[in-house]
Amino acid sequence: MQPHTVKHGQFCSLKVHFVVYKQLNFPTPLSRDGRRAAAPLSKMAAPLTLLFLLAVTVRAALFNSSLKELISDRVEVVSPLTAWKRVIEGLALLDLGVSPYSGDVFHETPLVIYLFHFVVDYAEVTFMLADLITAGCLYMAVKDYNKQVFRKQKFALEADRYPLDCLELIRSPKEMHYIPLKVAMFYLLNPFTILSCVARSTCCLNNAVIALFILSTIKGNLLLSAVFLSLATYQCLYPLVLVAPALLYLLQHQYIPVNFRRPNFWWLVAQYLFMFGGSLLVVVCLSFFLLGSWDFLSSVYGFILSVPDLTPNIGLFWYFFAEMFEHFRLFFLCVFQINVFFYTIPLSLKLKDHPVFLIFMQLSIISIFKSYPTVGDSALYLSFLPVWTHLHRFLRNIFLVSCLLLASSLLFPVLWHLWIYAGSANSNFYYAITLVFNVAQILLVSDYFYAFLRREHHLTYGLYLKRKDGSEAAMVLK
Amino acid sequence: MGLLSDPNRRRALINLLTRLNAPICVVCYMAGFACFMGLSFEPFTLRTYMSENAMGSTMVEERFPAGERALATGREFAAHKKKIGGMPVDWLVKTMQARGLEVFTQSFSRTLPFPDENKERYMVKGTNVYGILRAPRAPRTEALVLSASCSPGDENNQAVGLLLGLAQYFRNQIYFAKDLIFLVNEHDLIGMQAWLEGYHHTNTTGMDWTPLHGRGGSIQAALSLELNSHVVTSLDLVLEGLNGQLPNLDLANLFYAFCQKLSVLCTIEGKLQRNDWDSVSGYSQAVQTMMLMVMKQASGRPWGDHGLFLRYHIEAATIKGINSFRQDKTDATTIGRLLEGMYRKLNNLLERLHQSYFFYLMPSLSNFVSIGYYMPAFGLLAVILLLRALDLWVQLVTPPPRNEERVNDIAQSCPGVLSILIPLVISHLTGVALYMLPVRFQEMAVEHFPVSETEAVVLTAIAVYTAGLALPHNTHRLLSGEGTEQGWRVLKLVAVLYLAVLLGCTALINFSLGFILALTLVPVAAFVTPHVPKVLSAFALVFLSPACTLLFSVFFYQELQEMPVSFQDGWILYLSVISQGILDHYLYGSLVYPLIALLVYPCWLLFWNILFWK
Repeated sequence: MQPHTVKHGQFCSLKVHFVVYKQLNFPTPLSRDGRRAAAPLSKMAAPLTLLFLLAVTVRAALFNSSLKELISDRVEVVSPLTAWKRVIEGLALLDLGVSPYSGDVFHETPLVIYLFHFVVDYAEVTFMLADLITAGCLYMAVKDYNKQVFRKQKFALEADRYPLDCLELIRSPKEMHYIPLKVAMFYLLNPFTILSCVARSTCCLNNAVIALFILSTIKGNLLLSAVFLSLATYQCLYPLVLVAPALLYLLQHQYIPVNFRRPNFWWLVAQYLFMFGGSLLVVVCLSFFLLGSWDFLSSVYGFILSVPDLTPNIGLFWYFFAEMFEHFRLFFLCVFQINVFFYTIPLSLKLKDHPVFLIFMQLSIISIFKSYPTVGDSALYLSFLPVWTHLHRFLRNIFLVSCLLLASSLLFPVLWHLWIYAGSANSNFYYAITLVFNVAQILLVSDYFYAFLRREHHLTYGLYLKRKDGSEAAMVLK
Repeated sequence: MGLLSDPNRRRALINLLTRLNAPICVVCYMAGFACFMGLSFEPFTLRTYMSENAMGSTMVEERFPAGERALATGREFAAHKKKIGGMPVDWLVKTMQARGLEVFTQSFSRTLPFPDENKERYMVKGTNVYGILRAPRAPRTEALVLSASCSPGDENNQAVGLLLGLAQYFRNQIYFAKDLIFLVNEHDLIGMQAWLEGYHHTNTTGMDWTPLHGRGGSIQAALSLELNSHVVTSLDLVLEGLNGQLPNLDLANLFYAFCQKLSVLCTIEGKLQRNDWDSVSGYSQAVQTMMLMVMKQASGRPWGDHGLFLRYHIEAATIKGINSFRQDKTDATTIGRLLEGMYRKLNNLLERLHQSYFFYLMPSLSNFVSIGYYMPAFGLLAVILLLRALDLWVQLVTPPPRNEERVNDIAQSCPGVLSILIPLVISHLTGVALYMLPVRFQEMAVEHFPVSETEAVVLTAIAVYTAGLALPHNTHRLLSGEGTEQGWRVLKLVAVLYLAVLLGCTALINFSLGFILALTLVPVAAFVTPHVPKVLSAFALVFLSPACTLLFSVFFYQELQEMPVSFQDGWILYLSVISQGILDHYLYGSLVYPLIALLVYPCWLLFWNILFWK
């Protein structure tokens, strides 16, 4: 690293920098050539391998236990879209020469069924591998992201953009060191992930594709990002909303400002959308040629959008649409489905400088508002929580939210038992817990959103805000 | 949301809650207990009413005439039973066939995990006999069951007689739209379990039985009959089933309605209803009745032959004839009429009983307490745990950060996680030992000690339980003295939340069990810290531990039954209750024993651990 060039007027700020560097025990500021970056990787390889071994062991043990069947029947873990039983049924139909989409059982995409056509005997290995790929991708993506965050922070420090009292908000490499590992751990050892892997829910595969998308986006690879995003969209439609953060990130990565009058802005957007649309078209056409019919469109995407299957799950749809008069159905269907897509616009406007946080927000919104959510979907965005450890001081409801999440995820099976087996409770009990679970998720996400915005605010205006009369100001979310 | 998002108000609220934590907790505990005791006060309860339309408004006329003949059949049955020295299968088959039923038998066998000393059985072999009266008026998709068990000795002969008499009478009636199944089961619940598993093609407990050759429709409701004498003075209704499950309240209402109609004296929990609810004795009678129901429900055992039906979503109750020394006696004809009326009303059902309550407690047959009334009592106890957790959280977060806070998401590098994980793992392993060892090691215990198998099982359980108390010292050696202030706070936070969730789930499935456990464990969870006087609080902790709770419950139950026992007898009873609890788990799948062993006891051990934190 070259020494800072000091101009006269910047003496004061330079002193601040020295203080900062000293306080934070910076070894030397990170270099851009990546040689230093390689050293921590080898240091982290051992814990990462250990983590992978542990994760595989836990999954293998559960695969060989009698719990496997029990878990794969849980409505919280598998949805009509992702259930392994249905995949098997689709495979059987395919082997008989019947279209797997005849009947109302199979709703996975053609590519998945052709994948399992070849690896059905190694299904368990496939699912474990998918989990490992997800964790590995997240690990690398977060590592890269942290490096960039740090670099940006350094530039901001050098440019003297932070107020003086914000030093405690500045992040040090020491505390950021373990974050990628924690992310991988949060994903692999999360009970939700383990359950959906053991249930062989195809949600694991979707998560892997999304993780690959995140990795390629953060690496700045335009083509791969578009391809994986189109695959994710092809798999479960909702990741479509991730186009916005991906574009924002790639623009930022190539130092192109979001300016509608700039031609290179439009050029990149057009490029990306073309690649995305093109690869989506290729995948869809490939599916058509594999099966020789367009059945799958209505059976997969129609099924996702029109929600005909009202099996209880952890989402908000089933109870509502089971209770609803038929002639309101279309209207409310639109209202419910628009939730996933609608928040993209305000969030993209608000978070246009922080596309990775936007990805986190979008993932969580998808997993809360999608039509057939499972706990595996929540696991993906929950694994991002360690990335935002620096926001902890601004979180307000984390205790409440974690209690709610804990209690509701344990109450799901209890109330299911009371409703379905004992017959003494009814669907209202179960739906009440579904509501609690989703409210907790929403509180969690909005809490992180608030904390993120607040930190950014403090970074601009200083940590200890005063009112005009000199008393300490409080920040209120309205 | 305003309260949650406005920082000043939040801070004020949290300050209030942490500053007044102890008084609020005490008040909540008192209020919870008072609320529970108030439940049985009549003005606070609801009067029972028939919710099901199909059973409420329709009139039926009872005409069963043949009580005496039924009793004569019962005597004949008793004679054959005595002659054979067991269940007279051939005679029963012949008699049922003579009454025009389709008769089938099912044989079953089961070896108990260890001998049952109360009922003196170990390797059980038996036969169920059942006859189906096909519905003359409908497509036979639904069925009703009337069962009576064939018990050894002189018991329950009259019930079998009445069952056969009713079968004969119902055969000649044309109005039945549901199949009627008359079941005589041997070895009470074991036979019932075999029959129900056979009927529903399930096998949950690994019992051997031959498949059923005749089936009716899906069973809508079932009654079990227990009659031990020719005349009875009152009828007792038993509702508590496996794992504290209760049948729909409409079934109890139906029974009560017919008792009123035929002016038969009826009781619940063996307690007569009193009309003077405003007097002390009237209130205490209601409290005793409800307490008995709570105790029985908390035990999680089936208290009559009906108890296993509930698992299959079948509303069922046991009707027990009681002969005390009262003047006005009820003869078998009246009881037959009562059952006839109940069956005719059940026959009118268009769908399963579902209108009325499933979660209730009964201070008397004409009043009940619904879930909306009793849950606040539990909620007041549970909120103490949440308040304590909040208090601990605030203590953990506010003092200078850095060292150990937010352990819940810190990686393995932090010693905090390890110091929490080790007690958690150790206490759960002790729980697993408590669950596995007693039955696994009975042979070894019998070889080495002069005890019977049953005693071996019970004493091993108690030994493992007591051995668990020695654990904290071991944990400390493992931890090599790194128990810090933060450490025990985090451990206590985990334990308190664990207990809260555990009790909440338990109370939803079996309110009584959850409430009794909350009553004893919540004070423990609230006051334990490493800084309270060790000896005194260790004593209090043991005093309020699950095992001691069970011991007190045994004495309390005897007291409520008005059969107080001496300490010696109580202790023997306690041992037999433990063995019965373990047997219930292995025979019928009762969940109380695994719940206590695998979850509640380890959780209690965590608090024990906190007390001895160094």
